[in-house]
Amino acid sequence: MTALAQPVPRGSSDLRRRFLATPFQASVSLLCLVLIVLLGWKILNWAIFSAVFDASHGPDACHAASGACWSVIAARWRIILFGLYPFEEQWRSALACVTVVVMTVLSCMPMLWTGARIAVIWVLGAATYYVLMKGGVLGLHYEGEEVWGGLALTLFIFVSTCLIGFPLAICLALLRRSHLPWISYTTGGIIDTVRSLPLISILFTFAIVLPFALPQWLQGDKLYRVILGSALFFAAYQAEIVRGGMQGVPKGQEEAAMALGLNYWERISRIVLPQAMRNALPATINQFVISFKETSLVVIVGFFEILASGNAAYGTGDWRFAYVEVYVFIAFIYFVFVFSLSRYGAYLERRMAVGAR
Amino acid sequence: MRNVLLQAAFVGTLAALILSAVLTARQNLIAQGIASGFDFLFKSTGWNMDFSLLPVTANDPYWWFFLTGILNTLFLGSCGLALATLVGGIVGFARTSSNELAQLLGRTYVDIFRNIPLILQVFFWYAIITHFPPPRNAYQGFGAFLTNRGIYIPIPNVSGPMFALMLAAVFAAIAVPIWLGRTSRLNRPLGARLGPQWLAAAAALACAATFVLIGHHPGEPLIDVPAVQGLNLRGGLRISSEFAALAVAIAIYGGSYIAEIVRGGFKAVGKGQVEAAQSLGLSAWQVFSRVRLPLALRAMLPILANQYVWLIKATTMGIAIGFTDFFMIVALAINHSGQTFESIAILMAGFLTINLSLAAIFNRINKAIALKGSQLRG
Repeated sequence: MTALAQPVPRGSSDLRRRFLATPFQASVSLLCLVLIVLLGWKILNWAIFSAVFDASHGPDACHAASGACWSVIAARWRIILFGLYPFEEQWRSALACVTVVVMTVLSCMPMLWTGARIAVIWVLGAATYYVLMKGGVLGLHYEGEEVWGGLALTLFIFVSTCLIGFPLAICLALLRRSHLPWISYTTGGIIDTVRSLPLISILFTFAIVLPFALPQWLQGDKLYRVILGSALFFAAYQAEIVRGGMQGVPKGQEEAAMALGLNYWERISRIVLPQAMRNALPATINQFVISFKETSLVVIVGFFEILASGNAAYGTGDWRFAYVEVYVFIAFIYFVFVFSLSRYGAYLERRMAVGAR
Repeated sequence: MRNVLLQAAFVGTLAALILSAVLTARQNLIAQGIASGFDFLFKSTGWNMDFSLLPVTANDPYWWFFLTGILNTLFLGSCGLALATLVGGIVGFARTSSNELAQLLGRTYVDIFRNIPLILQVFFWYAIITHFPPPRNAYQGFGAFLTNRGIYIPIPNVSGPMFALMLAAVFAAIAVPIWLGRTSRLNRPLGARLGPQWLAAAAALACAATFVLIGHHPGEPLIDVPAVQGLNLRGGLRISSEFAALAVAIAIYGGSYIAEIVRGGFKAVGKGQVEAAQSLGLSAWQVFSRVRLPLALRAMLPILANQYVWLIKATTMGIAIGFTDFFMIVALAINHSGQTFESIAILMAGFLTINLSLAAIFNRINKAIALKGSQLRG
């Protein structure tokens, strides 16, 4: 309609309409333009034009330059990405990271979206990762969890959090929806308590406090306790998302299934959950994005993940001045992962909105 | 019967798990010579706090430390939330504006800062602030100094309570005229209220001035401006590097989320409502302030409440850089007293209280401003 009523303006009149329609519009445009040019120039100048990329001259070359000192990354990228993992074995750590990325990309493909296929992908992926990192079999040298670090550790914590947290979330959601009041209230209480606490305090409790309350044989490694805590936190949030998805499934569906004589597990696994997961998909991806960002918190309970290894990369030796570059590099890594995941989520949401119309 | 058994088994298993954990913990703690119970709350701590709003010494008991910790968390939280709301409001407004350049700027901001973990941003700003030059060659402007020992800003030379009263009066000078402009209690038409509004503002400002005069320390300048003296800065108010880094990080990260909430709120306003307002002949400003903003606020509030709860919980990242918030006090208390479970219980109770009260406040506001009927449909 509007396209017919107004012929599409071209050239300078188009510009005028879009940016200079009123004096107010014009001044806002001008202000924004100045900001964009100024910021853009400053950032480009710092990051590229007057930056030092070559690591061969060491830190001294950076003191002379006014821009970014990317040579710190060239000199220290190994410690940022792989932490304390032994130098000769770092290809394994890199390969493990690639495994995780491949696994994530695979599980983003709609053709692989059945519960069984996703489960197979993730269990296989996690197993590959674990074997690669830990070694001790297939002629790989054994490397204990204490030397895992950098990006590989961040990804490991993320993957195992999801792997444990997701089934747990479904259990919690089902328990909360149970028609037995004691079960649903207790589960509700657990979920709400976990949700109201900061993640750091839960990680801290699992890492440092829990050993007091567990018998010796149950304590396990600190890494796995922290993953358990992080999975519990993930599950508490994801359970509410799943529950929301289940509420979106029309009641008639379950009644029809009941009338067909399906038992509880068949109803849940064949009828309710698949539809609930579809309803909950955008929120679920959002939750994955958030929990990927939140894995960075394990630095507080003393893990050498990517943030801690970044701190070490600039904190030692002659690179003390290059903290901005290291943080920008790590921020960029996070950005690539988180941004692509959240873009994918937005794409899915649009796609599903088309389907629902 | 089967159901009763199931429930009993479920609750019983949970209770047994918790009980066995508590018993094991007790055994372990007794083996270490640590008695359980809340008596430790009344012992003095023996350590000190870097940042506190109330006076704290190493002789003060644990309960006082916990209290100041909660106060620090609330203070940091409210500063961070206020700043984040400001940033989010501006960016969100830019994103909904009709100017494409402003949209681009807003979008870039949101895309960058939403996708980087908060803790990384905290580390980043902390590193920046602690790398400021020493006091003698500090960055300065408007009477403020940016140094590696913190940020120094001018402060009125007024006693604490009077300063708080003054802030309240200034706030009233802004809020009361707005309220007068909208309330139905005033027996005047909406257009003819400028008189009372000016009067209220002037009265509140006069009160503020009186508070300043009463609380003013005699014989000192009215405003205490920081100045370099030898190797250090004297006077003014010092904002610690830790506090500043956390507040800036929360403002910027939280701002990017709040911007999206603001944008969503404006998107939720029905096109028909705006068109109806325009066809009534309202000016652009009136359409915005009387129709779009109130409707958008209503759509935003519930989501905003969630975001606020999340941001309050995010203050616990203070422990990464050494800000003595509630969580850090609890962690320190565990280290020093060994009263692990009691401290964790206090932590849980504290955060539950904060979250529940925040939720309650927002529910009240939400109920008060919610539209009756179905007017929010587009």
